[in-house]
Amino acid sequence: MSKRIEVKDLNVYYSKFLAVEDVSLTIEPRSVTAFIGPSGCGKSTFLRTLNRMHEVIPGARVEGEVLIDGDNLYGAGVDPVLVRRNIGMVFQRPNPFPTMSIRENVLAGVTLNNRRISKSAADDLAEKSLRGANLWNEVKDRLDKPGSSLSGGQQQRLCIARAIAVSPDILLMDEPCSALDPISTLAIEDLIEELKSEYTIVIVTHNMQQASRVSDRTAFFNIAGTGKPGKLIEYNDTDTIFTQPTVQATEDYVSGRFG
Amino acid sequence: MSTPAVAQAPNAHPKPVQRLADRVFSGAALTAGSLILATLAAVAAFLVMQSIPAVTTDPNDISILSGQNFWSYVWPLVFGTVWSAAIALVMAVPVAIGIALFISHYAPRRLAQGLGYVIDLLAAVPSVVFGLWGANTLAPAVQPFYSWLTENLGWFPLFSGQASGTGRTILTASVVLAVMILPIITALCREIFLQTPVLHEEAALALGATRWEMIRIAVLPFGRAGIISAAMLGLGRALGETMAVAMVLSSSGAITVALLTSSNPSTIAANIALSFPEAYGLNVNLLIATGLMLFAITLVINALARYIISRRKEFSGAN
Repeated sequence: MSKRIEVKDLNVYYSKFLAVEDVSLTIEPRSVTAFIGPSGCGKSTFLRTLNRMHEVIPGARVEGEVLIDGDNLYGAGVDPVLVRRNIGMVFQRPNPFPTMSIRENVLAGVTLNNRRISKSAADDLAEKSLRGANLWNEVKDRLDKPGSSLSGGQQQRLCIARAIAVSPDILLMDEPCSALDPISTLAIEDLIEELKSEYTIVIVTHNMQQASRVSDRTAFFNIAGTGKPGKLIEYNDTDTIFTQPTVQATEDYVSGRFG
Repeated sequence: MSTPAVAQAPNAHPKPVQRLADRVFSGAALTAGSLILATLAAVAAFLVMQSIPAVTTDPNDISILSGQNFWSYVWPLVFGTVWSAAIALVMAVPVAIGIALFISHYAPRRLAQGLGYVIDLLAAVPSVVFGLWGANTLAPAVQPFYSWLTENLGWFPLFSGQASGTGRTILTASVVLAVMILPIITALCREIFLQTPVLHEEAALALGATRWEMIRIAVLPFGRAGIISAAMLGLGRALGETMAVAMVLSSSGAITVALLTSSNPSTIAANIALSFPEAYGLNVNLLIATGLMLFAITLVINALARYIISRRKEFSGAN
């Protein structure tokens, strides 16, 4: 269950402020795509438009099209709730529900909307998702403990387990490792490598080594100055972006000359 | 193996540096804390000392008791107090949570602000006004409805019996109480709901939760302890409310769950207010003893609420 994302001439506004201007790109299924760029260049904002999470922010709206296997995300009558059920998201800071146990956290998405699931099926799904997130061995003996009792890296993998438990088509990750230590980061990166075989993964990262380690394609976003909209500068295979970028700004950024 | 440099210190427990500001502040905090305890202890001591004669004296020497013993006098009052407050709470809490959710998560910002002010204003209305409204406006207005209920749903224990002709029943008193405790519960719930971490709300939404589902899995569980605390504050007010109940309720001292009849239990606070002007001698002690009962009820209920809150402490998100 992995789908192609095609973005056509997308503009993102916060009320009247144009935050991201004219982005067009295509993301292939079963691949990892990294968004890099300086802070405030709109990469997180753009990521959120891929599952309509930007609509949570008052005044945010988009122009243009996002096609998921040809279906427009912003077509008339498309329910954002259903969109988000098919496009999972992992956030910058781990956010397991503190009032739920580890098991309940994993199954949170599945039990939404009163979807009925038998106990044995739920157990199987919880185990499968936690195994998928490389967390099973660490938590199998304490599934009834609160999710907040885990370490930061474990919590983030719990969030990934929660996201993949609903078998989404696409997995969006907004700087998933920025609050984690190097060991946990490595665990998540290994996990991304494994998840690639089943999902289309888009990851925003500030860490260029991470982008070069995990991604197949990389998109570089930049901003001309404060108050100006963010733009997609260059989008290509990760190797090309990091070794032979065609745009000077990209080369400056990936070589650490600015940003 | 080299020993750490700390071993040089001759004193095994060096005194930490004490700063003046720290000491002043901790002293002030300690004083404030002890003051609360001292006040509470003083009130409890007063109640207990004054109550003893009422329980130990021969009931025939206390005119209000007119021969019956203390417990059979106080029991209907305890029942009436808890019963009316419980009904009020059952009516007020869902409405309060609804209003608070509307303000915090549904209403446009401007409307939410205005609504918030109105709610706070409601909390500032004196209870005497609510009492007047309840006795003179609400009671006659609901009386036909009560008659209809007793005629058509009389098989249901709460609605059994002959409907009161005045409408000044325990249900009317409870409605007035509910209106009175609504603002405080709403205001507290609203503040708690606004504190829900955006992170958790987004986690729910990103899983494909509708707004109501988001509230159910992120907002309400997070606010659980706060909702209980808010309800307890409301309940405290309902239990101790004097004027409004005294004015609205026409009581006969009967113990019954029937809400609509003219035989209603009174409440402790209202009974004290109504009986006190004519009380003398041991009667005063008797009324104070009923006050002690109210004190004890409040204490038990609050302890119960604390217990409920602490039961799922590790899941509260506060760790």
